[in-house]
Amino acid sequence: MNKVVKLEDLKPLLKDGMTMMIGGFLANGTPERLIDLLIDMKVKDLTIIANDTSFPDRGIGRLVVAGLVKKVITSHIGTNPETGRLMNEGKLEVELVPQGTLVERIRAYGSGLGGILTPTGVGTVVEIGKEKITVNGKKYLLELPLGADVALLKGSIVDEFGNIYYKGTTRNFNPLMALAAQTVIVEAEKIVKVGEFKPEDVMTPGVLVDYIVKGG
Amino acid sequence: MINNPELAKEIIAKRVAKELKYGQLVNLGIGLPTLVANYIPEGVHIIFQSENGITGMGPMAKPGEEDKNITNAGGQYVTVLPGAAFFDSAFSFALIRGGHVDVTVLGGLEVDQEGNLANWIIPGKMVPGMGGAMDLATGAKKVIVAMQHTGKGQPKILKKCRLPLTAKGKVSLIVTELCVIEVTKEGLLLKEINKETTIDEVKSLTEADLIIQDDVKYMDV
Repeated sequence: MNKVVKLEDLKPLLKDGMTMMIGGFLANGTPERLIDLLIDMKVKDLTIIANDTSFPDRGIGRLVVAGLVKKVITSHIGTNPETGRLMNEGKLEVELVPQGTLVERIRAYGSGLGGILTPTGVGTVVEIGKEKITVNGKKYLLELPLGADVALLKGSIVDEFGNIYYKGTTRNFNPLMALAAQTVIVEAEKIVKVGEFKPEDVMTPGVLVDYIVKGG
Repeated sequence: MINNPELAKEIIAKRVAKELKYGQLVNLGIGLPTLVANYIPEGVHIIFQSENGITGMGPMAKPGEEDKNITNAGGQYVTVLPGAAFFDSAFSFALIRGGHVDVTVLGGLEVDQEGNLANWIIPGKMVPGMGGAMDLATGAKKVIVAMQHTGKGQPKILKKCRLPLTAKGKVSLIVTELCVIEVTKEGLLLKEINKETTIDEVKSLTEADLIIQDDVKYMDV
């Protein structure tokens, strides 16, 4: 089974108004060629779920600068002044979520859970509008699952079946997002034949991956 | 008073470093807290976590020796030490919320006498987002706030935080260039002061009530 496709083959899958999860932490582990494709296609009104909005010239930051994003659900926007500017002008909706909560909401969706209970945010503005549940005398917030139409991931080495190996800190949100979207696309720094790396070195099983493209 | 901000930061970082103990897993926030790593006493082996997915983080990468796949939570290229591990963000925050991180050192905009911390937003002015700060302040076993004693001459240690909170009642220790304050059930206990200041000066630059006992020591910096 070979899931490798050309970048252009992905065009019919990427549509205006979609909710997209994009891997990476300040652009480390973000699929830049897939970002290029979205910008070339001018796919607009996107809802982006990602750790941060990166820097204006890198990763998700470039989508924000290109004006393609309607809403971001993220933990941090401070490194991209354009996100703040568009938010203040009312052109971009920003939902801020604590980082550990964001990744658990994604994991919950991908794992078939109805939500997670976290102590993070109790007694802060994060708790507004959320159900509070006491377990063994301790207060938790019920945080709901978060899924997407498409997940765009970056892998360091990917085999043709879609098994992914991540180098260094590029793993971050990628393996969790692989579980939480209808369509999962991975941009591979290097593509290898099936069997070229050991099953125990696989960090995201290929069963979760729909399409693979060659990245830089 | 210590008017030189660089000197103030150095004093704070040196003093916080003395709180860290052999073998602890420690997460340093961005900015001032990062400086703490420069002052760890020789022979005290500390394991640093970076919330983007490292335990065993080392110093910044030297120019020309960067590995583009290895960054810290501020997006800077860093090194890793022998024994380091990489993992995904869910695991990283399991370490944080699950009480596996012994100490987190965070910067502060405001701290109050109930141990509340505000450090992630100034509504209408600065909205960077909380990143991992809320999880760190909530989940780490010990939360040390490392910050300059005042901001633009105004007290930052308050009776009650005015800015939106990062976490409620989680701060254990406050270290500034002027003093070390422990957060206790009874309130803020002044433990140490800098030799360059006096108890009266610390009181005048602090809005919160301070508990002052006879055994206030000088900060060893």
